[in-house]
Amino acid sequence: MVEWINGLSKFMLPAILVFIPLYAAFRKVPIYESFIEGAKEGFPTAISIIPHLVGMLVAVAIFRDTGAMQFYLQFFTPVVQFFHIPTEVLPIGILRPISGTGSLAFVESTLQTHGPDSFLGKLASTIQGSTDTTLYVVTVYFGAVGIKKSLYALKVGLWADLVGFIASIVICTFLFVG
Amino acid sequence: MINYIWLFMIISGVIAAVLQGRVDLVTVAALNGAKDAVAVCIGLISILVFWLGMMRIAQDAGLLVKLSKLLRPIASFLFPSVPPNHPAMGYILSNMSANLFGLGNAATPMGIKAMEELQKLNHQSDKASPAMCTLLALNTSGLTLVPATMIGIRMEHGSLDPTSIIGPTFLATVCATTVAILLDRFYRKKEMKTHF
Repeated sequence: MVEWINGLSKFMLPAILVFIPLYAAFRKVPIYESFIEGAKEGFPTAISIIPHLVGMLVAVAIFRDTGAMQFYLQFFTPVVQFFHIPTEVLPIGILRPISGTGSLAFVESTLQTHGPDSFLGKLASTIQGSTDTTLYVVTVYFGAVGIKKSLYALKVGLWADLVGFIASIVICTFLFVG
Repeated sequence: MINYIWLFMIISGVIAAVLQGRVDLVTVAALNGAKDAVAVCIGLISILVFWLGMMRIAQDAGLLVKLSKLLRPIASFLFPSVPPNHPAMGYILSNMSANLFGLGNAATPMGIKAMEELQKLNHQSDKASPAMCTLLALNTSGLTLVPATMIGIRMEHGSLDPTSIIGPTFLATVCATTVAILLDRFYRKKEMKTHF
């Protein structure tokens, strides 16, 4: 089952790339012209995201690289210890919604020190894999269409991240420990 | 909210740097952050150009309409304000499927395209519509059947069982997505009450 699912992901992309043009050609769509028409929109869209992403990533970099993030992390340590959550995964959980590459660095170091098949390795992988970088998604998606007032979208995303983090810990403990 | 988070990150970063006597850290970090952001966008160009081209073929062939017809019950439950045959539906559903199968590269262009279509239905051009918030909720909670990137990283680290995280990841994202959808509904209703 697991191999089947993993294979599915690997063959999905080539399958889509064959299926779409083939189906379209069958329906007498001028596929090459269609492709060019759609592809034209890619460049301006990517460029329009730049100001939004620069604004956000500058703030994230200042927060992360000056050590401010490290400072705030220590306040969470007692909470985490109270719930018997391994402290190694704390920075991953906190960083994940803000900076995907930032949390990935902590995942990589956990995999290196404890091994990918250890409990911590599996837990770190699950936390990293189970959510997207909320701040990035909000910035890119809203930035692409020029939305400035994001309403409650960020709030919902961050709550979902917290739930995903807690769920990862509970599920991994249940599945991989004793 | 985003304004406060932004201000908080910058102010606390500057204070942290000043307290360490290393104000120069702020300048370096800011420039690096800006550089990273542009690099990400440049990287997005190739992905967007390719996938938006591909998706146009799918649209012209009527595949997107087919997809939204197939998944209409789910779609109309999640996005009651979007007409079932609107092109936005097709893009939303392709975005969700791409996320589910771990095709992160494909998911972003489809999500952006869905946003553009939703923007056409939006009455205020700089304010997010409820449907846009739902789309974001689904994307940030990231329902995932195959965490492809993470499996790849585990393989690089010599894991003997790289796919062991598929089960827990799927379950965790089911929890997160359920909460995201419920909260989205809750805030949407609250928003409606305050405005109408």
